[in-house]
Amino acid sequence: MKSGSIYSGIRNKQISKILLGLVVLITILFFTLPLLSLLLRITPDEFIAAILKPEVQSAIYLSLLTAAASTVVIVLIGTPLAYLNARVSYRGRDFVETLLDLPIVLPPSVAGLALLVLFGRRGLIGAYLNDVGIAIIFTTFAVVLAQVFVAGPLYIRQAKTAFAMVDQVYESASRTLGASPLITFVKVTIPLAWTGLVSGVILAFARAIGEFGATIMVAGNLPGKTQTMPLAIYGLMQSDLTASIALSLVLISISCIILITIRLLAGRSA
Amino acid sequence: MLTARIEKQLRDYPLMIDLTVNRGEVLVLLGTNGSGKSTVLNLLAGLLTPDKGEISLNGIPIFRSEEGISCPPEERNIGYVFQDYALFPHMTVFDNIAYGLKMRKVPKEIIENQIQATLHDLGISHVRNERVTNLSGGQRQRVALARALIIQPHLLLLDEPLTALDPQARDKIRIELREQLITSNQPSILVTHSIKDAQIIGDKVIMLEKGSVIWTGRPEELESGSGVPDLEPLKCECDEYRDFGAIAID
Repeated sequence: MKSGSIYSGIRNKQISKILLGLVVLITILFFTLPLLSLLLRITPDEFIAAILKPEVQSAIYLSLLTAAASTVVIVLIGTPLAYLNARVSYRGRDFVETLLDLPIVLPPSVAGLALLVLFGRRGLIGAYLNDVGIAIIFTTFAVVLAQVFVAGPLYIRQAKTAFAMVDQVYESASRTLGASPLITFVKVTIPLAWTGLVSGVILAFARAIGEFGATIMVAGNLPGKTQTMPLAIYGLMQSDLTASIALSLVLISISCIILITIRLLAGRSA
Repeated sequence: MLTARIEKQLRDYPLMIDLTVNRGEVLVLLGTNGSGKSTVLNLLAGLLTPDKGEISLNGIPIFRSEEGISCPPEERNIGYVFQDYALFPHMTVFDNIAYGLKMRKVPKEIIENQIQATLHDLGISHVRNERVTNLSGGQRQRVALARALIIQPHLLLLDEPLTALDPQARDKIRIELREQLITSNQPSILVTHSIKDAQIIGDKVIMLEKGSVIWTGRPEELESGSGVPDLEPLKCECDEYRDFGAIAID
């Protein structure tokens, strides 16, 4: 009786292990198999042929160009705000931070619609711009606008954390040694927050290059003008699946590089 | 010479202090944690702004509330050795010491020569190109002092400069520090909550409690005890330099 219960205990343990292993395996497959299926769907020759197609190349070029431009804009406008939020406790700071976080959680279609209502021909600002002959909607500029809107908050959030982690005593030391606030920021604060800032830049770039929903609403899907990689994947899906898969693989590669870089940076800062 | 008469309302109490420090003289601000000692240094350095009062260095006002004069920290030429030293962790020993000279646009060759001589005098030439994070407590203390002194400040402020050292190093460095401060021939203010620091390094002592001066005298009078307030809390901390809570600066 006693030995029987021992055996059934061992068997139960083995069954639990097998069940746990199955759950883990299914979970891993669920997340990796779709990506792997893309890789298995085309041959290297097909991939190269697809990548060389003009519409594919123009989508890659436009994506890299707009995502780079958006990232530069995000860094330029986001860094002062991130520093302010990290260092100054002004009235309404929490409210401002919540507003800035909103685009991160908003559905991209809502973000796109909001930009459309603001910058459209009859929009709050767009109407005035239209009067002076400036059109934003359905231009490459609109692509950048959409990317900045959805990716900016990621950088601002990360940069704020990076600045907040820099002990203010270093800035005080720099000031007493004769450095102005601006020189202190450049020579002391930025180098000490560097790893966090670079992570923020990479995250923002990744979000910008993958942006779809807001872009298609404010910029449309015009090849060579507003058709970025995610839009081209959607556009080519029915007419040229191979090209669509090739573009997906390019985006997956960029994502992998970004994730590895962030991991390396995180390891270095730790 | 430094003269200061300043007032500032802190979170829990008003800070009021009136002090004069002559060239080559070391004033020790003695008090327990939270008595306002470090705040006085930050007010003098321009890192905090007094509500009222006046601060003059060699007869030139660097702060005067009535006339709205308030020089920013970078224009005061005050050397400051922070608690835990605040050496820039992303720079080498050389770059840390050179920082203030570079801000003053001193030519490269002169910076090179001055730092070479300073490192030699302090006996730390071998760590010239080391990252400051690789230094021992004593070496970091020397680098911090060198960084503050090399700019030839009109006033030197030292906030608990011996706290981060082990007890053996502390005894030796106390004497060295006293010699360096006298040699610099500038007014110095040392913040500590150690009676021993006050006795060995100081020329005169101000005791602070909750932002107010409760005793002024000479270091040797601390020993005799005549009219000196209760020193028991300080004696205890003097022996062990235990856990300093962050001193409220505002």
